[in-house]
Amino acid sequence: MQIQTGLEAGVEGTVLKAEVRDLDFHYGAFHALKRVSMPIYDRRVTALIGPSGCGKSTLLRCFNRMHDLYPGNRYSGGGIVFHPDNTNLLAPEVDPIEVRMRISMVFQKPNPFPKSIYENVAYSLRVRGMRNKNELDDRVESALKGAALWNEVSDRLKELGANLSGGQQQRLCIARALASDPEIILFDEPTSALDPIATASIEELVTELKEKVTILIVTHNMQQAARISDYTAYMYLGEMVEFGVTDQIFIKPTKKATEDYITGRFG
Amino acid sequence: MTASASLKLPVPTGVSDRLKRKLSRNLKERVIESILFAAAAFSVFVTIAIVWVLVKESWAFFEHVPVTDFLFDTQWTPLFDDAHYGIMVLLSGTLTSSGVALVVAIPLGTIIAIYLSEFAGFKLREIAKPFLELLGGVPTIVYGYFALTFLTPILQKIYPDLPGFNLLSAGLVMGVMIIPYVASLSEDAMRAVPMSLREGSYAMGATRLQTALWVVTPAATSGIASAYILGISRAVGETMILAVAAGMQPNLTFNPAEPGATITSYIVQVALGDLPHGSIGYQTIFAAGLTLLLMTLAFNLLGYWLRKRFREVY
Amino acid sequence: MLKAADLGAIRAIITRAKRWDLFFAVLGLLSLMVGVLTFTVLFLDMAIQGVPRLSLDFFTNFPSRRAENAGILSAWVGTILVMLVTALAAVPLGVAAGVYLEEYAPKNWITDIIEINISNLAGIPSIVYGLLALGLFVYYFGFGQSILSAGLTLALLILPVIIVATRESIRAIPQSIHEGSYACGATTWQTVSDHILPYSSAGILTGVIIGMARAIGETAPIITIGALTFIAFLPPMPFAGDPAAGMFEWIFAPFTVMPIQMFNWTSRPEAAFTVNAAAAGFVLVFMTLAMNGLAIYLRYHLRKNIKW
Repeated sequence: MQIQTGLEAGVEGTVLKAEVRDLDFHYGAFHALKRVSMPIYDRRVTALIGPSGCGKSTLLRCFNRMHDLYPGNRYSGGGIVFHPDNTNLLAPEVDPIEVRMRISMVFQKPNPFPKSIYENVAYSLRVRGMRNKNELDDRVESALKGAALWNEVSDRLKELGANLSGGQQQRLCIARALASDPEIILFDEPTSALDPIATASIEELVTELKEKVTILIVTHNMQQAARISDYTAYMYLGEMVEFGVTDQIFIKPTKKATEDYITGRFG
Repeated sequence: MTASASLKLPVPTGVSDRLKRKLSRNLKERVIESILFAAAAFSVFVTIAIVWVLVKESWAFFEHVPVTDFLFDTQWTPLFDDAHYGIMVLLSGTLTSSGVALVVAIPLGTIIAIYLSEFAGFKLREIAKPFLELLGGVPTIVYGYFALTFLTPILQKIYPDLPGFNLLSAGLVMGVMIIPYVASLSEDAMRAVPMSLREGSYAMGATRLQTALWVVTPAATSGIASAYILGISRAVGETMILAVAAGMQPNLTFNPAEPGATITSYIVQVALGDLPHGSIGYQTIFAAGLTLLLMTLAFNLLGYWLRKRFREVY
Repeated sequence: MLKAADLGAIRAIITRAKRWDLFFAVLGLLSLMVGVLTFTVLFLDMAIQGVPRLSLDFFTNFPSRRAENAGILSAWVGTILVMLVTALAAVPLGVAAGVYLEEYAPKNWITDIIEINISNLAGIPSIVYGLLALGLFVYYFGFGQSILSAGLTLALLILPVIIVATRESIRAIPQSIHEGSYACGATTWQTVSDHILPYSSAGILTGVIIGMARAIGETAPIITIGALTFIAFLPPMPFAGDPAAGMFEWIFAPFTVMPIQMFNWTSRPEAAFTVNAAAAGFVLVFMTLAMNGLAIYLRYHLRKNIKW
């Protein structure tokens, strides 16, 4: 099997789920993303790495239009093409609500709602108007199973989500993101607030999840990117420096800047 | 499918049906937002209504009474045959009683604030703050009753000449009523001064008092000033204590040991009688109210300016 | 090296500074005591005079020319009904305004005007609200000197309190909860109704109680709208009496409230009425203390239990 490098890195048998094309983004006057391009492959894990402030979280939050929540943010050029709809997610006619229903997100710090474990998971179904009790029960159970949390919480679904440990809370948030059968899940440094054991369990979960869903993950931790991702993108100062298959990026990066960052000479 | 080919393509302009904005959901959100906006904008309507009512009735008043008479006449006898409309008379009562109140409230309030913020332990503060709040929550009519039936007799034992209704007793009780506002807001401002400033002072060998007076208080100036201004505008607007304990006879005096009417207690006095709607006597209370509104507005603006001018930057 | 004489001088300065420090600590405690003492004396004075007067009859009798027969029936019924109107008007309006300003309002001059306006409203003396109500509700809208006029007046008065409390308790909800909800695909209104309002409800309730406690003791604006002080009847019960009263006839009925009743008795020269005033005052203070106490307790409890 021939593995290509850089932006041409299409593995045989992979399908494009989304493409970032020449994306520009502004926070007020600050040019946060500069003509960024990269592919996102279906049912693969893509990691975004780079030093703080390089724009990796900004790019991630474009995918589910989180930036729409705050004034002053501007998608100022290019777009994110979502497949199979072949639609630019950032187009003004696209409803951010619809986007978020299909592209869900897990945050840096676990942020369960101050509701019961059950209601936390059921919430992403309820906002879609699902009311049928049996259906909700089934979907909540399968989401909790998918997030490897079911065995630990099946007998206390009525308890507050905040009563769980940090790692469990984060898995609860993953269950919440899974419940609505999303096509992409965005992870924004999901383990930065967790201890090593909880981190390992989340990493394992991410690797399992890619069987069913496309994953885009921002991480600070290069070992983590190397362990769990299929593709890695290195960003610096709002620009996409290098994109490629993870092994290649870590073993034989084509760009000097990437090599410096990965070997710890910078960043 | 290879990425290289597709990446050269322009961004598609079409939008799939599944991702399109949903009209019904959009509409519902807009309707709700409009309702909530209306609720917020309602407060502006209240202000407009206040100004409109006061100005409308005052306008009618000033068609009968020249503004110069209103400002410079030294008598206030709007209900007599020989009617005079000198707001100075009511203003003197307001200023005198407020003066007495502030002489009590500002020093005591400030000392309490410094004490709670810099001297008192955690326990005492946790008890004292809610207690001060309770003190501020007592209805002013009750304070009025207290001034009239408890404080005035005591003051009369010290000064036998003191009349049963007087501005002094009302002013003193009003001062106690205002202490919580001054103390609580000043304390908040002092507590907001970062610990590092205090540590710097203590490291120089300063005592708590020196730290409080030379470091914390200057750093919290704008907050303390707003607390004073709130206290002043409470004093000027206070009604029932004066209506009950200061008598309601208009009296051009700055002697707190005399009875007197204030702008507020005059309004109460007129409202207690039954003056016909639209009569000049009815209109006087709106002219008096407009004066009061302008005074409190001036204090609010002053407070706003002070906060801007002396905004703390830590 | 310090010389011995210098050291002595410095020690003297330190001793003096410490003495001042102690002096101020005592002064602070004494000042605090002025407040505490005033309140205690006020409360005890009223209790000693008023409590013996508190019999069942006092609560079930109408006011009367004879002090010993007079009671506060019409006053406490009036207070409850006025408070009902106040709450029904002020709570939805205040909460809606607070939610708008925190969750929806764009950063522009309209929002600025609304915000400045609300802080201004909070500083306007209560009697000015009375004048507004007299001109607007009583005469312009023709509501007369009714429970409706009084309730709406007090509602306007406490509106800023409720708006500020709503905003503060919404602001206490971390941004990550907002984002979590939006990331699930919730609309703004779903985020507000499913998360923001439920999680801030205890804080809002605290603000509502403080606002209501203030409204219950307000006298001046109610006097200004010309509320009668001698009311020896109750507002019509819905569907009772002959001819049967309508569902909402009571809101247009004349009324009196607790503080007005107390004011009325305070301004009578006879000592027997002063006792009645003390008794009414005691009930009034008890009511406001209970409400404020509940609010303080709620807030304290809330601070301890919060967990995000």
